[in-house]
Amino acid sequence: MNISLNSLRQSYWFAPSITVLILAAIIFGVPLFMDIKPIYLWTDRLIFILVAGIIYLAAYIRRKPHLRTPWSYVFQSRRALISIVILSIYALLGLLDSIHYQKPLSSDNNETHYSVELFSSLDVVLGHLHERVEKTYSAPFASNLFAKETLADAEGKQYRDYPRLEYGGRHLDKPDEQLMSDIASKSLEGLANGLVTSIIIVLLVLLMIKTTRQKSMFLAWQGLRHSRSFYSLRIVLMTAVVLILMASTIWELSFYYHVFGTDKVGQDVLYLSIKSIRTGLVIGTLTTLVMLPFAILLGIMAGYFRGWVDDVIQYLYTTLSSIPGVLLIAAAILSIQVYMANHPELFESARDQADLRLLALCVVLGITGWTGLCRLLRGEVLKLREMDYIQAATAFGVGHFTIIGRHLLPNVLHIILIMVVLDFSGLVLAEAVLSYVQVGVDPSTISWGNMINGARLELAREPMVWWSLIAAFVFMFTMVLAANLFADAVRDAFDPRLNRSTT
Amino acid sequence: MFAYILRRILYAIPILIGVNLLTFSLFFVVNSPDDMARMNLGVKHVTPAAIEKWKQERGYDKPLVYNHSAEGFKQFSDTIFFDKSLKLFVFDFGSADDGRDIGFDISQRMWPSLAIALPVFIIGILFNITFAMLLAFFRATYIDIWGVVLCVVLMSISGLFYIIGGQYLVGKFLHLVPISGYDTGISAIKFLILPVIIGVIGGIGAGSRWYRTIFLEEINKDYVRTARAKGLSEPRVLYKHVLKNAMIPILTGAVVVIPLLFMGSLITESFFGIPGLGSYTIDAIQNQDFAIVRAMVFLGSVLYIIGLVMTDISYTMVDPRVRLS
Repeated sequence: MNISLNSLRQSYWFAPSITVLILAAIIFGVPLFMDIKPIYLWTDRLIFILVAGIIYLAAYIRRKPHLRTPWSYVFQSRRALISIVILSIYALLGLLDSIHYQKPLSSDNNETHYSVELFSSLDVVLGHLHERVEKTYSAPFASNLFAKETLADAEGKQYRDYPRLEYGGRHLDKPDEQLMSDIASKSLEGLANGLVTSIIIVLLVLLMIKTTRQKSMFLAWQGLRHSRSFYSLRIVLMTAVVLILMASTIWELSFYYHVFGTDKVGQDVLYLSIKSIRTGLVIGTLTTLVMLPFAILLGIMAGYFRGWVDDVIQYLYTTLSSIPGVLLIAAAILSIQVYMANHPELFESARDQADLRLLALCVVLGITGWTGLCRLLRGEVLKLREMDYIQAATAFGVGHFTIIGRHLLPNVLHIILIMVVLDFSGLVLAEAVLSYVQVGVDPSTISWGNMINGARLELAREPMVWWSLIAAFVFMFTMVLAANLFADAVRDAFDPRLNRSTT
Repeated sequence: MFAYILRRILYAIPILIGVNLLTFSLFFVVNSPDDMARMNLGVKHVTPAAIEKWKQERGYDKPLVYNHSAEGFKQFSDTIFFDKSLKLFVFDFGSADDGRDIGFDISQRMWPSLAIALPVFIIGILFNITFAMLLAFFRATYIDIWGVVLCVVLMSISGLFYIIGGQYLVGKFLHLVPISGYDTGISAIKFLILPVIIGVIGGIGAGSRWYRTIFLEEINKDYVRTARAKGLSEPRVLYKHVLKNAMIPILTGAVVVIPLLFMGSLITESFFGIPGLGSYTIDAIQNQDFAIVRAMVFLGSVLYIIGLVMTDISYTMVDPRVRLS
């Protein structure tokens, strides 16, 4: 057989495979040339698999009109586009935070010792936030600590006052007078930086339009502003500009102040909030990844084979779903906790244990969550298997598993997609509640749930320590709201029955 | 009817056995009682004697499923499986780590739970149906669009923030009602107002949006067009026809949770210091009292199954077309 490069290029898997290979080369290759020791946590590996899966799925969807058309509706909805931009930024931060490494400390006799502390590629960007640890609580933009301490003045006389922070507002001589004006000038500086960045990005986009459409720069600008065909691009750009302005202002300020204050042990709350993104994303996505194979396989099998297979599978999911979710999760996590405490030899370090506990939480959430999708798929397959094309395939003697793979799976793909997207936000919210009940992520894992849990104990304090709560709220709310709006758009696009009912 | 209910109850038995086996394997097979003892007593510096004592106090010193040293029926009955799992079927929950009888505690604590959960449920459903009706009446106008956006925004806020925010507002500014605590009898009401209001607000987002979808689905059906063609006013169409027909899907979601109201809400009860089953469970989880967690898992699934049967029965009441068979 003669396989030419051209036919290879047109196959489903060619383009995504190249992309995945390039990404893999970057992730696994770059550490080889640097003086660091790459660490691949279990959740990291699963995230890499997930990313590869998404790339392949996207390539597949592009080729299938019945899946591509609904997506084009999604990309024309203003709310969905804004949500997509926000979610991609969250995803980018989460992915950067999933590439872990250890820094070398010292080396003797060809043997390098690495620090125990785990860094991620996100820490390269946010290093300054991570390193500047205060003594304890300090309010946002504060220059002094939140609690009074006994201090000694130049003559050795002792007095009680709020001590100056080690990093926040250090550059000011008289913080009381200069603070406001300094914050204003730094914000303006950040805004200006953001403006320049935005202008460069817009110019680049215009240049792209100009080269592809062979128009002048001015016509490209006119087109971008008014043309219907650039509607999606316009909204994406506008969202991006707003976000860049906000981010660059906070970025500029974060070098001089703790924008969201510091927590009990003096860590920057902004840093914690950003690091929590990964935990939220892991719970929202890996849970699905873990549960999907079971739900799809069992759901389709129950609907397709019927008879005793159906009975067994129905019994399985009725039993699992009859236990109230929180209780099942609590029972499972408690038992995993006991197991982990009694088998410390299974884990190399506390970090591994925390990571595996996160993964265990995903698995448990997945087990409680798969029943809904399984039931839906069963119902849909029961309907589909009576369709003519399936009957024809059976008559032609096509094997069961070919029918499932070729004819059933592609036709229930939209249900799976809708469910996955709909589940995401609920899972992120569940993490916070479960961490409060203490059956969530490991207490050492940085997560919004743990932030809220820590802040809750300080609510009674006078004056109140409110900033950790607000920071966790803002970051979590933004992500969940974006996810909800995105999910709505996806459901409306894929589910024509619901779509029609809004008229 | 009676035969149907009987069959449904019989069908519930294998499910409960499944739940029972699942919890048994989670708590006794994945981790041996020795493991649990070590965990409870502190993993390090624990003597075998202390473990034995811990197990004996709780009745975990028996074999798991089969007792070689006993005779006759005792070979099966003198085991952990019989004592701790099978006895759940007769609602014999055994005793907690502090020696209190779990069954007695549950019977005491379910009433405060119900005192919060029932008003939240009823007020919530009435409010959500009204709000969803309003959105359906103004469908495809700005009121509807922004109403749905409001629902999505409310849905995106974690339940923890509703409680923390509510307690903060009342504690800081309003001082109308106490922010936590509980009392018996009629004086409990002042403690219940805040959690009930917060519970209702927390449920508006998801509930109203769900009901709105149901109403909109009904509105596009032929009988609605007929009703309009007869000259009925739109509110009359909505309240007389659409609402009645929408009751079927609404009941599916609503009736099944009624028995579960006894279980209360974990976070609400623990934040407001209500001595209900929710805070009972959360305390048990935090103290790692496995006997209580086991009992609650079993009780939860029993109540859920009762809810399923009730749902089926309620169908026949609202929809004469549905025959139980």
